[in-house]
Amino acid sequence: MSNFEYAPAPESRAVVSIDPVYGLFINGKFVPGKTHFPAINPATGEKLSKITQASATDVNKAVAAARGVYSKTWSKMPPAERAKYLYRIARILQERAREFAVLETLDNGKPIRESRDIDIPLVAAHFFYHAGWADKLQYAGFGTQPKAHGVVGAIIPWNFPLLMLAWKVAPALATGNTVVLKPAETTSLTALLFAQVCQQAELPAGVVNIVTGDGKVGAALVNHPDVDKIAFTGSTDVGKIIARSVAHSGKSVTLELGGKGANIVFEDAAIDEAVEGIVNGIFFNQGHVCCAGSRLLVQEGIHDELLEKLKRRMGQIRLGDPLDKNTDIGAINSADQLAKIKALTDVGLREGGESWSPDCVLPDKGFWFAPTIFTGVTQAHRIAREEIFGPVLSVLTFRTPQEAMEKANNTPFGLSAGIWSEKGSRILWASKHLQAGVIWANTFNKFDPTSPFGGYKESGWGREGGRHGLGAYLKGDDHE
Amino acid sequence: MNASTILDGSEASLKNFLRTLPGVDQVGAEARAAMLGTRSIKNASKSYAIDLAISMVDLTTLEGADTPGKVRALCSKGLRPDPTDASVPRVGAICVYNDMVEIGRQHLDSIGGQDLPIAAVSTAFPSGRASMPVKIHDTQDAIAAGATEIDMVIDRGAFLSGHYGTVFDEIKQIKQLCGERAHLKVILETGELVTYDNVRKASFLAMLAGADFIKTSTGKVAPAATAPVVLVMLEAVRDYYAMTGQKIGVKAAGGIRTTKDAIKQLVLVNETAGPEWLHPSLFRIGASALLNDLLMQRMKIRDGRYASPNYVTID
Amino acid sequence: MSNRIDVKKTYKLFINGQFPRSESGRVYEIKSGKDFLANPAQASRKDLRDAVTAARSAHTGWANATAYNRGQILYRIAEMLEGRSSQFVEEICALEKSTSAQAKAQVSQAIDRWVWYAGWADKIATTFGATNPVAGPYYNFTIPEPMGVVGILAPEKPSLLGLVESLAPVLVSGNTAVLVASQSAPLTAITFAEVLATSDLPSGVCNILTGIKEELAPWMASHMDINAMDISGAAKKIQPALREAGADNLKRIFSFNEKVSTQRMVSFLEAKTIWHTIGI
Repeated sequence: MSNFEYAPAPESRAVVSIDPVYGLFINGKFVPGKTHFPAINPATGEKLSKITQASATDVNKAVAAARGVYSKTWSKMPPAERAKYLYRIARILQERAREFAVLETLDNGKPIRESRDIDIPLVAAHFFYHAGWADKLQYAGFGTQPKAHGVVGAIIPWNFPLLMLAWKVAPALATGNTVVLKPAETTSLTALLFAQVCQQAELPAGVVNIVTGDGKVGAALVNHPDVDKIAFTGSTDVGKIIARSVAHSGKSVTLELGGKGANIVFEDAAIDEAVEGIVNGIFFNQGHVCCAGSRLLVQEGIHDELLEKLKRRMGQIRLGDPLDKNTDIGAINSADQLAKIKALTDVGLREGGESWSPDCVLPDKGFWFAPTIFTGVTQAHRIAREEIFGPVLSVLTFRTPQEAMEKANNTPFGLSAGIWSEKGSRILWASKHLQAGVIWANTFNKFDPTSPFGGYKESGWGREGGRHGLGAYLKGDDHE
Repeated sequence: MNASTILDGSEASLKNFLRTLPGVDQVGAEARAAMLGTRSIKNASKSYAIDLAISMVDLTTLEGADTPGKVRALCSKGLRPDPTDASVPRVGAICVYNDMVEIGRQHLDSIGGQDLPIAAVSTAFPSGRASMPVKIHDTQDAIAAGATEIDMVIDRGAFLSGHYGTVFDEIKQIKQLCGERAHLKVILETGELVTYDNVRKASFLAMLAGADFIKTSTGKVAPAATAPVVLVMLEAVRDYYAMTGQKIGVKAAGGIRTTKDAIKQLVLVNETAGPEWLHPSLFRIGASALLNDLLMQRMKIRDGRYASPNYVTID
Repeated sequence: MSNRIDVKKTYKLFINGQFPRSESGRVYEIKSGKDFLANPAQASRKDLRDAVTAARSAHTGWANATAYNRGQILYRIAEMLEGRSSQFVEEICALEKSTSAQAKAQVSQAIDRWVWYAGWADKIATTFGATNPVAGPYYNFTIPEPMGVVGILAPEKPSLLGLVESLAPVLVSGNTAVLVASQSAPLTAITFAEVLATSDLPSGVCNILTGIKEELAPWMASHMDINAMDISGAAKKIQPALREAGADNLKRIFSFNEKVSTQRMVSFLEAKTIWHTIGI
């Protein structure tokens, strides 16, 4: 070896055992299904297992199980006891963290470094955090006797499969609800492994039910008359469909939807850390992040220097086998998503954007997209307006702080924004003017169970995490 | 571009230049260094990295209790780190106090190590608290005794009180003494500079004043060569190269004791300054105990079993 | 006895601090019992559009006024309401089948509610914000912010109290409002607007329309530049359709059971969470 190439360092798959076929998790048991679809490793195209397509009857059974245990057991259990189940789940998740990380990477395509260091630790943290709330809800600011809704229908996306499960299930259980969860069609495996954790924790049967399948299953859940509350994370388009569906039923709803986050770099920024933040903002999780910093807004005076540094840094990004511990960018989650990314980037090129990617060899099997930046982009370009949900960054410039704010806010979305500056007063000024639910100043894409997350405008309804997030799962003194 | 086009020789111009350097966000820099610390280096890469690290070690003894015997043993070790295995490269240099240079040089010359450099710590190492004539004399002594590398300390007191010109002039004077005869490494003593902003400023100051290498620490102050400090210094040499076309080396010294630590340093170099810096002429690790750990890891790879300290030599 | 002829009031709309007639030229007749009382303007969708434009342009200034200042301006409005008490009582008696005592009670309660909400201005952030102890070197805090432009369908009765109970919790946090007044008893709303017009409330912060709720509500619900709505004052049967129309821009739409609660303020707040690194 003539220079310092990193040899492959794959994490072992031996820690997980994947069943050839999975049923549904209803009332504490795995129930075999009738029709199935494949679970695919997006990095290789390999079929990992077969997942059940739940029917309307299955959804009914799951909701009935959730309702039954809610009425008989869960709603009557002292909150402190409920808390102990959540603590148990948190501990088992920690014990089996490596197994979950490897399985998540196999099923989702994200780098093991991220599933191991970010997703799974945050999952355990969410359960641990919410466990403590269970017997303290009267202090959460939702009245003296906040009540659970009853049965929560949770519908989650494929970008952070287990983490999004935790964001829904942990607060739902802590507040005394029971849950019917529908994982995303392409990423069901860690949810089904989580079902085993519920069994190990001896969680009463029916408190958590998992129904797998496509959007029809989600629709059945949304329209089910005995579901009291819908918690959804996904696209803004589907969010609007849900909002229309529940308009007539009076169900309580929270929606975490899309974004087109502006990452604003002022000329006085700590430039090396800003470059890291840009990379983390858009290439974390292959850009499959609703709060991704997908629009870079650079002050004109440092545009060239920043772009040079960014390109150099992008040259260091290691794309490849998600199980390799040195991989920075893994596989695109599905053929569908890859097609969407390609379609939008083609539009970007047709509209005159200039695309640049570092030299990197894409594996021949599976679904891959090189990290890409588009320069020469303006507010009028579709790639600067529409969520690409992939590793594609649009670079825009601004001249004054006011102009940066105007451009950043010029979108129907309002989920996240980033600010890079060494000047405290400017950061606080920008924080005040940005219409976004989460603002990262001199950092990006950080998450914590204590920190409320959620968007303004078309990025959704409600918050998840922290004291604010509990509100979604409680009927306070004046909640309908 | 070079120092004379950036500076007009006044302290004001130096201050103005240092003020234009972007700040360093502590959290971001530490997160980047920590992330690079998760790189997993296996198999052939690890063997390569171990030999590279050995060739970059400035094998060091800087104790009041140093004796000619100790220094001779160190020189022998540096030339042939593993007497049983000729494929082990020699170290980058031997680093000693001023008065030991001649002893070390003579010994190396006598055992076939004529081209293994000896580095001397200088300018009232480690504190730097002496008058300039003393520092000059100290350096002249070392060069006269055969040191081909001078590891000088900066005046941290002057730096922290904003007297950048004083620091700059001292480095410049020492550099003139070194001339073509000795390579100049400038020790910033980052543990006393405390902030990464200061590390970046001091790095640029030293490079502008003529340093061939910028070095983290004396080894007498903790923290020393932490990953984020080295990261910031590597960013500085990278940016200085982009600005001037001149490649300056980095020496990480202090606190690097294990193979794992050393490989993390190499990853930092590889992904920050770039692969061109992965050479003893541009990156060194000041250490003593590290060498034996590198040798033991090397044995483990060679023999496929875990090694014992009984099979590596002590100095 | 004098036979003086009363000078009657023309009840107009209140948009951007001014009192225009409806651009449509329409009015609708209001009777007290069998007697003609007034011809208030019947606002059109274009009047609604103009009101939203005014509310949008007023939003930045009102939202960025200090909480202390907003509190003072709102309290000043209460002082002025007090001075108009007898006029409100007359209007209520004329249209709400109230006795004079009931009308007086309604006015007093409305003023007291207004004062209660005015006092919240500089307590909202303290009470409904948070600092969050994240597991890392970050300072993390959540501040409540106004949502923007809020559309309000005010209750039919009690007309003044209902208006206050829906408007005050919206304005106090820095939202601006477009309010459709009680259709059957719109006079108090216009008198209320006269109070606003002579107060220190910046133009456009509150806009009041009179007219036919079922005509205006769907336009309000589908308007893409309205951020949120209080539809408590809309007939139950039209509420689902409003929610459905509001989904187009994911309007936050609420219908409240409680007449007075902090929830009525909190519902029109967005939680903004800010992370900053902690380092030297």
